[in-house]
Amino acid sequence: MPRVSIEDLKKIRGNGKPGVSSKKFRAKVLVCAGTGCISGNSYKTAKALETEIEKQGLAQQVQVVKTGCQGFCAEGPIVIVQPDGIFYRGVGPKHAPKMIEEHLLNGKPVEKLMYTLPGQEHPIPLLKEIPFFAKQKLVVLRNRGAIDPEKIDDYIAADGYKALEKALTLMTPEQILSEIKKSGLRGRGGGGFPAGIKWESCRRAAQHRHVDPVLVCNADEGDPGAFMDRSIIESDPHAVLEGMIIGARAIGCKEGFVYIRHEYPVARERLSKAIEQARDYGLLGKNILDSGVDFDIEVVRGAGAFVCGESTALMASLEGNLGEPRAKYIHTVEYGYKNRPTNLNNVETWANVPVIINNGSKWFASMGTGEVTENPWEGSSGTKVFSLVGKVHNTGLIEVPMGITLREIVFNIGGGIPDGHQFKAVQTGGPSGGCLPESLLDMPVDFDSLTEAGSMMGSGGMIVMDDQTCMVEVARYFISFLTEESCGKCVPCREGLTSSLEILDRITQGKGSEEDLELLEEIAEVMRDCCFCALGTSASNPVLSTIRYFKKEYEAHIKDHQCPAGVCRELIEYDIDPEKCDGCHACVPACSVHAITGEVKELHTLDKTECIKCGACIEVCKRQAILKCPRSFAA
Amino acid sequence: MVDTAKVDEILRRHNSKRENIIAILLDCQEHYDYLPREVLEEVSSNIGVSVTSVLSIATFFRTFSLKPIGRFPIRVCNGTACNIKGSNQLVEALERDLNIKKGQTTPNLQFGLDTVNCVGCCGLAPVITVGEDVHGKAKISSTRKIIKRYRAMEKKHAESVH
Repeated sequence: MPRVSIEDLKKIRGNGKPGVSSKKFRAKVLVCAGTGCISGNSYKTAKALETEIEKQGLAQQVQVVKTGCQGFCAEGPIVIVQPDGIFYRGVGPKHAPKMIEEHLLNGKPVEKLMYTLPGQEHPIPLLKEIPFFAKQKLVVLRNRGAIDPEKIDDYIAADGYKALEKALTLMTPEQILSEIKKSGLRGRGGGGFPAGIKWESCRRAAQHRHVDPVLVCNADEGDPGAFMDRSIIESDPHAVLEGMIIGARAIGCKEGFVYIRHEYPVARERLSKAIEQARDYGLLGKNILDSGVDFDIEVVRGAGAFVCGESTALMASLEGNLGEPRAKYIHTVEYGYKNRPTNLNNVETWANVPVIINNGSKWFASMGTGEVTENPWEGSSGTKVFSLVGKVHNTGLIEVPMGITLREIVFNIGGGIPDGHQFKAVQTGGPSGGCLPESLLDMPVDFDSLTEAGSMMGSGGMIVMDDQTCMVEVARYFISFLTEESCGKCVPCREGLTSSLEILDRITQGKGSEEDLELLEEIAEVMRDCCFCALGTSASNPVLSTIRYFKKEYEAHIKDHQCPAGVCRELIEYDIDPEKCDGCHACVPACSVHAITGEVKELHTLDKTECIKCGACIEVCKRQAILKCPRSFAA
Repeated sequence: MVDTAKVDEILRRHNSKRENIIAILLDCQEHYDYLPREVLEEVSSNIGVSVTSVLSIATFFRTFSLKPIGRFPIRVCNGTACNIKGSNQLVEALERDLNIKKGQTTPNLQFGLDTVNCVGCCGLAPVITVGEDVHGKAKISSTRKIIKRYRAMEKKHAESVH
């Protein structure tokens, strides 16, 4: 396919691909091909469905589409049949014959493969009625699970590149800037800086200095427990590209980069494919849609350094240098990549841009909190994508309007805590964020409320923790992560983290003292005031927020040498509950150190001196007869 | 001795440019499975920076390895979701199964074991990856099965070659 014109785009939207017969299918079988479902063999499922459709003579009527991440990863591989809107879960190749025959031939959806709420009897056939989906508001993820991300025509047919048309033909760069500013769109990568203001500063700096500005898309999603950007790229790469091209038009960039994690092979491949397709269509390159605008994008791979998510470190690494941040008293919008004015936004921010241009800033600002039209700092408009994971029933990717409460997210969408356990905390903002307790569950989720509570929005990781999660260990985990990922350039970060880790190690081993908490807080303060970049200044949030909301747990470790959650290994020991053990013997072969002995159908015993507390027996015991008891320090 | 012919090809692909050094090293890592000294020296002399500078990049980023990572590099995800669902116990189980420590490779270079910060499959936590394969909802009891599967795969492959 050669270059397309605006007319061609309209044709694709109206009646299928020009030149190719616009075949209408009566049904589409949408198979999730996000990384999660792929790992559950969804490609094989898709293949089996295709074979079966062929076999049952439906090839002219039913089409199989491999889509991006549908979000409900816990239930994968996921298949959705449209236009019926039926949601199927856990679909393997072996289910294909029955599904095609019963649903698509006989019109009787297969109940066995539908989703059932925990504890309920009857399944919920329709996707839109499943609580996980019902409460969501899809803006960024508008095309998720609906289009084939590897086909540009699918995107165009779903009103793709319409905003670009508008931005190139009907709007001046100033009008685009004003629209983005009025929408209140704030950066989704963590900082929450208003995108419109950033774009404008970059444009101004470039004009002032007569230097070509550069556009960067940050897809170096490093926060552990977060996969929003990966899923957006995997399910709708063209949305990101379209946002970037509109941004390039507004700022005046000819050159753009996507800096993407090496650990995301599927996303990287889809993005590269999308760029090639856009180039073929003339939507990237010289004279885009005959508007006179030139812009092209290069994909650059990150090599696994968390600090490279920081904008100055990312730019250093783009230049082929060590990914070390620099002080930001000179802004990157003025002097960024190779000292050129550089505008960096994250994947989700870019994916928001086309919708804002299409639907207008008013529509966007009507979602969320605060009145942002005059001043974007006054609230949080739009939606936010979160990865809802951890100790919650429905794990996966969700998009919700800003201002929704944590309770709605965790209990309505997430379906609460599994296995009868109690909610303890929800962690937001990655290693720079904090842990929020039950008392804050009714807090609205927006940039400013989260910061006020001692956490932050971050890029959107939301990890739910239950009564079996030790908050001291969580703090230790994040500090240990950051200690490894700190680039070591500035002393407060390098030394502050190492010292904090030593203290937290001590506490989790039951060797902490009461002064340790004060010391931790003091180090945190110094780091907040003196570190070079956001990695360091926010590094103490996990420690401070856990001390603030879960001080009792720290005290239990320090004063009583106990870990209430039963996690810290030095403070617990395993034992067998004689009331529960029925002698099923499953734990005996599972134990790699032969610490458990007993005859079948008789009470088993555990030798505490041999036991290495590896958890293998707990995993196989169906009666929860293995206990984690506080370790006796006597003798 | 390591054959560095491939390095030259990779360098050409990236125009031997200093700013492409990370991409060059990533491609080398992909081809050689690790970054042997000879490769670092070849890259250094071709793009005109000191070996020390190349080494500093090769040790700064986690993806690079200076020793072989094994034909099946096993990575236990240690993202937050995986961590609170017991990824440490999986690492220990694999250490016992493979008789190596985290960060090491088995003497026959079949398996390497390490952790990775987050592979973004948090909905399936805890996750183990082997090469580009993702194994979700992993259990202590599944580590042995995973190892067995790759051993069998390699054996089958070897037999089909002969």
